[in-house]
Amino acid sequence: MQILLLALRRLAASLPTLLLILVGLFLLLQLAPGDTVDALIAQMGGGDPAMAEQLRTFYGLDAPVVVQLGRYLLRLVTLDLGFSAIYGKPVAEVILERLPVTLLLMVSALSFAFAAGMALGVLAARRVNRWPDTLISTLGLVFYATPSFWFGMMGIVVFAIRLAWLPAGGFEQIGSGNTGLTRVLDIAWHLILPVATLALTYLATYLRIMRASMLEVLTLDFVRTARAKGLGETAVVLRHVLRNALLPGVTLMGLQAGTMLGGSVVVESVFALPGLGRLAYESVVQRDVNTLLGIVFVSALLVIAINFIVDMLYAKLDPRIASGR
Amino acid sequence: MRLSRRHLLLSGAGLAAMAGGLPLGLPGPALAQEPRRGGVLTVHVGSEQRILNPALRASTGVYIITSKIIEPLVDLGEGGKIVPVLATAWESTPDGKTITFRLREGVQWHDGKPFTSADVQYSAMELWKKHLNYGTTLQLYLDAVETPDAHTAVFRYSRPMPLDLLLRASCDLGYVVPKHVFEGSNVLENPANTAPIGTGPFKFVEYQRGQYVIAERNPNYWRQGFPYLDRVVWRFITDRSAATAALETGAVQLSAYNGLPLADLDRLRQDDRFEVSTRGVEGNVFNNTLEFNTRRKELSDKRVRQAIAHAIDVDFFLENFLYGLGKRATGPIPSTSKEFFPNNPVPYPYDKARAEKMLDEAGYKRGAGGVRFSLRIVPIMNGEDVPLLATFIQQSLQQVGIRVEIVQLDIAGALSAVYRDWNFDLATGWHQYRGDPAVSTTVWYRSGSPKGSPWTNQFGWQSDKVDQLIDQAATELDPAKRKALYAEFVAEVNDALPVWMMTERPFYAATSKRVQNHHNVPRWDSGDWHDTWLLPA
Repeated sequence: MQILLLALRRLAASLPTLLLILVGLFLLLQLAPGDTVDALIAQMGGGDPAMAEQLRTFYGLDAPVVVQLGRYLLRLVTLDLGFSAIYGKPVAEVILERLPVTLLLMVSALSFAFAAGMALGVLAARRVNRWPDTLISTLGLVFYATPSFWFGMMGIVVFAIRLAWLPAGGFEQIGSGNTGLTRVLDIAWHLILPVATLALTYLATYLRIMRASMLEVLTLDFVRTARAKGLGETAVVLRHVLRNALLPGVTLMGLQAGTMLGGSVVVESVFALPGLGRLAYESVVQRDVNTLLGIVFVSALLVIAINFIVDMLYAKLDPRIASGR
Repeated sequence: MRLSRRHLLLSGAGLAAMAGGLPLGLPGPALAQEPRRGGVLTVHVGSEQRILNPALRASTGVYIITSKIIEPLVDLGEGGKIVPVLATAWESTPDGKTITFRLREGVQWHDGKPFTSADVQYSAMELWKKHLNYGTTLQLYLDAVETPDAHTAVFRYSRPMPLDLLLRASCDLGYVVPKHVFEGSNVLENPANTAPIGTGPFKFVEYQRGQYVIAERNPNYWRQGFPYLDRVVWRFITDRSAATAALETGAVQLSAYNGLPLADLDRLRQDDRFEVSTRGVEGNVFNNTLEFNTRRKELSDKRVRQAIAHAIDVDFFLENFLYGLGKRATGPIPSTSKEFFPNNPVPYPYDKARAEKMLDEAGYKRGAGGVRFSLRIVPIMNGEDVPLLATFIQQSLQQVGIRVEIVQLDIAGALSAVYRDWNFDLATGWHQYRGDPAVSTTVWYRSGSPKGSPWTNQFGWQSDKVDQLIDQAATELDPAKRKALYAEFVAEVNDALPVWMMTERPFYAATSKRVQNHHNVPRWDSGDWHDTWLLPA
């Protein structure tokens, strides 16, 4: 019950923010030169004024901006995200098609980055200033500094073209008719490179944070107490230090979940994956206001949900947080 | 892994073909050229157009998919001749106002209904004339289409329509869609726009947005025994380098219309697994343009525009930025257009000294810091070469004392800045020639285009003589006289230079050597692929 109340409070607090974001974005998009019909005609390679006029009327672009915004918000109240100009079908449907791919990519990459970052961070902290620490920290820095498109392209060149171990892109084998486990394996096989690419850049941040907070916690009094009462080093690290050192990493994951939704544009393009990031990018280029606002709306809901889960996790990891409230 | 998967897939297809009782070409090197049935051709598409209806959207990105599913009245055959598809014969009355098409009998839509003249009538009046880009202009004077019987369509025009213009334009703008599917609905919202129903060799199966389109063999195709392929899959890959990777791994077998980066095209030319060529793309040529806003005082002077043309070394650009994939343009009508090319020399050879002299004569002497005046250039991002050319123009003009500032916008922004707001001094993008100057070329020069229409004369330039030549040529029925009118038109606009056609470039296609009978007609990428087949991997 308390959790539900907290959830509702969170949601209520984020509603004004959501509205501000949507209105701001709508107005911002009006400032961009050209509209969706310009973009459509550009993509067709030419059109004529009669056709352009028809399309503007069809998409309701001939109305004043205020009227367009009013129409949009009214529809939103009824949870209708509107009609996508470039896809020619309801925005909700367009987003729903893309959401599973994005979530799969994001969750896999985040989990991998989080797990590997934690493990390497602990390892580096345990051997601080010795060669494993130097090696891990340097590698982390290299991953962090390398742009993800380069990782992606190099991955394709090495593993898809030279070695032919992995597919060069796509979400699954097209028209293979795979079902069940075969399909799951096929998708996993296709996602190895993109997930690795996306995770590597995030890995470094977790690694650094984990290493720093491990080092900090290791100097605290209760660690000395734990050692004094005769616990082995592994038990001290796992049961006492790690649990306390996890908090900054979890916070970071909550923050990054939001950026990862839109941040995978590059990876989605390089690996030809039909995700939300590419959809958002295309909506901007195509000036498809409805789709873009829809994505922002859905992303905002996701970020709120994820941050809520992160809050819950805090309480689980550190009971002091829950009792302090 | 890769080999075994592909092997399995293909042998599976072969078995399916045998089981279906289809004649199967005997395997073996002796009969290597015997067409082999079956197989899946996978094609790279770089720009997802989303509307799969060529009677609604005239664009190479739409044709490359839908022309296998939906067919036009006529098409370009070998040597650029007009060949029958859904129309079998055509004739025009001497006044050019009535054009009659005899239509093919025994053709069925993919849903089993017969194809008749009513479908042609509906497509022409409701889609080509009302909605299709360039179609609305071409069919502006189309009053009615009469259907005296199920296989005759009579087009009635209120002004003379040259038969050769209509036929050449109909290869692109004459795709026929079924009346019974579209009638009574809002044409723009009809579900068949994304799940097309046609008469072509392949039937639409599935469209996964952002991923792929699949079409399969139409067993009831009117060309008996065709097509050879079981399936065609179009994959949307927006990242061009990733598309090259897909081609190299064998995941796709074809990338058309300059879908790959120029650097990769250049590299694949040396790779004997692929053919990189302009063969079979002759029907489509484009130019890099330099457009002048003649409302700007300096640019209103013809001598300044000409001087700018003399100041830019186009050959250097072609060689060093475009890997030599193109040549200098002679004007708005490219040398590949046999019917209309006036065979004129390249105007404005590179001559920096002459450019300087002309600018001096026009009264724009070098001032402080050697600068004569400043201009802003808007690149219209049609392709990867456009920003390069903008930079090249900037640096070339710097040399003759014109300072140029590049205004970076994305394509929607650039189009509205140049063609709607007239907020530019120079603009550079592409002009695409579509078989006949009257389709999409003369609009670049004819005055009176409404403000805001992209790729039309929004340059503040007007010439009575040119307007007259354009109008006359559009309704001239005698092909020889049309050609002469267009030659005169080219000479006029080359001299006045409201827009300068800098390069003449064919589109390149990269094709795996597994693909057979490819690019054997002038607009093959936008053709029907009924005789295309695949060698085993």
